[in-house]
Amino acid sequence: MAHLAVSDVRASYGALEVLKGISFSIEKGEIAALVGPSGSGKSTVLRALMGLTPITGGEVDIAGETMNYSSAREVRAARDRMAIVFQQYNLFQNMTVMQNLTLAPLKIKNWDKAEVASEARRLLSLVGLADKADAFSDQLSGGQQQRVALARALALKPQILLLDEVTSALDPELVNEVLDAIRKLADEGMTMVIVSHEMAFVREVADKVAFMDAGQIVETGTPAELFDAPKTDRARDFFSKILRH
Amino acid sequence: MERIFEQIPRFFSGPNLTLLLESAGLTLAMTMAGCLIGFGLAFVLVYVRQTPGKWAMPLRWICILYVEVFRRIPFIVVVYLVLFFIQAVTPDASLFTIAVIAICLYAVAYTADIIRGGLESVPQTQVEAAQAMNLSRLQTNLRIVLPQAWPVIVPPAIAFAVSFIKDTALVSQVGVFELTFRGKELNNQGYSGILVFGTIAFCYFLLSFPLSMLGQYLEKRLGTPRGQRRTRKLWSP
Repeated sequence: MAHLAVSDVRASYGALEVLKGISFSIEKGEIAALVGPSGSGKSTVLRALMGLTPITGGEVDIAGETMNYSSAREVRAARDRMAIVFQQYNLFQNMTVMQNLTLAPLKIKNWDKAEVASEARRLLSLVGLADKADAFSDQLSGGQQQRVALARALALKPQILLLDEVTSALDPELVNEVLDAIRKLADEGMTMVIVSHEMAFVREVADKVAFMDAGQIVETGTPAELFDAPKTDRARDFFSKILRH
Repeated sequence: MERIFEQIPRFFSGPNLTLLLESAGLTLAMTMAGCLIGFGLAFVLVYVRQTPGKWAMPLRWICILYVEVFRRIPFIVVVYLVLFFIQAVTPDASLFTIAVIAICLYAVAYTADIIRGGLESVPQTQVEAAQAMNLSRLQTNLRIVLPQAWPVIVPPAIAFAVSFIKDTALVSQVGVFELTFRGKELNNQGYSGILVFGTIAFCYFLLSFPLSMLGQYLEKRLGTPRGQRRTRKLWSP
């Protein structure tokens, strides 16, 4: 039984269909990567899974349960099982790092206060920011903010973690600190769906890759299969352009 | 001119000063009560107006209609409407109550747009981050959006209240004993109009100036909004 199974999912912005039937599945502990050119719908897949972009068709199964995204209650249930990290971090600007991490666990999940606090501190040390608990996000660098965002997502104890181009907004020298934090999660067996332009990183951590173009998954396979021997012309064209440098 | 100087000692006598002080207090109380209640209700109105979904369509239209209509009616007409409406329902309502209600109705319409603008200045990405964590719309507004919107809302809201202190002079038309009403009364008692209304003008200044200072202080204290401001991102492919 797949941990996350997406079949024929569709989404539109007005008349423009941005997801034209997306299907993929991942097992528990697996890491799937969505790659492809800008505007191909990679981020929209993650947004649709989080109920931020309405799904107009298809089916999503999470841990064997079919979620009906037209029901607000089931969207809440889906969000309860997943967490997303955004490209622009989106930390709450009016809160400290600690408050960012503990808000939802305390107010939404109603978990024990002491446990939430100690878990938040553990996660901050995991991402190497134990000393930044009382900082506001505008006092942190982009890489630090993104690591806080990662810790905030983990504080929700998600069954599946969605990472939306988490290094794209960062200065090159800050990319590695975020990737290192994600590597640790991969080692811990976290199930993840990653949208990324860091092909070397995808090759290293991903179990499977899906190449997307124009709202569709064009080709899937292991990183080696897709990067080294793409079968479709579109994928060959894309990878020949980006892997050359 | 001589008449004015001659009148000064008598004009600034105890009973007159008490009268002026009382009416200045009344003007301030009326404005503050009306604006504060109005400000609070404006939040409710904006919240209702932002309710998503088809079923809330009539509610949204009522809110939009309210703002658009009340912003197009002169304040004095609102005062008369409230006066006659309230008197038809409860004949013994005090004029002060009527004035506060009128101010309140007017303040709601004007501050609603200030509040809406403030809430909309907070990047949509903050709202999405909250939604992804299952925060409800109310929780998102109270915990995430509103705290970030205050610096945008407070300065124009105070500016509105300050300028509105002057406009409350119009309620003297229905006989509330506020500053302008007392001015007319003293003028009728034979005091020089220049003296009376010069004093009244000074009273209005004394009332609104500290409020302006408070506004400037709050503006500084709230500071520039935290974090970088991004334009609203509608969607990302």
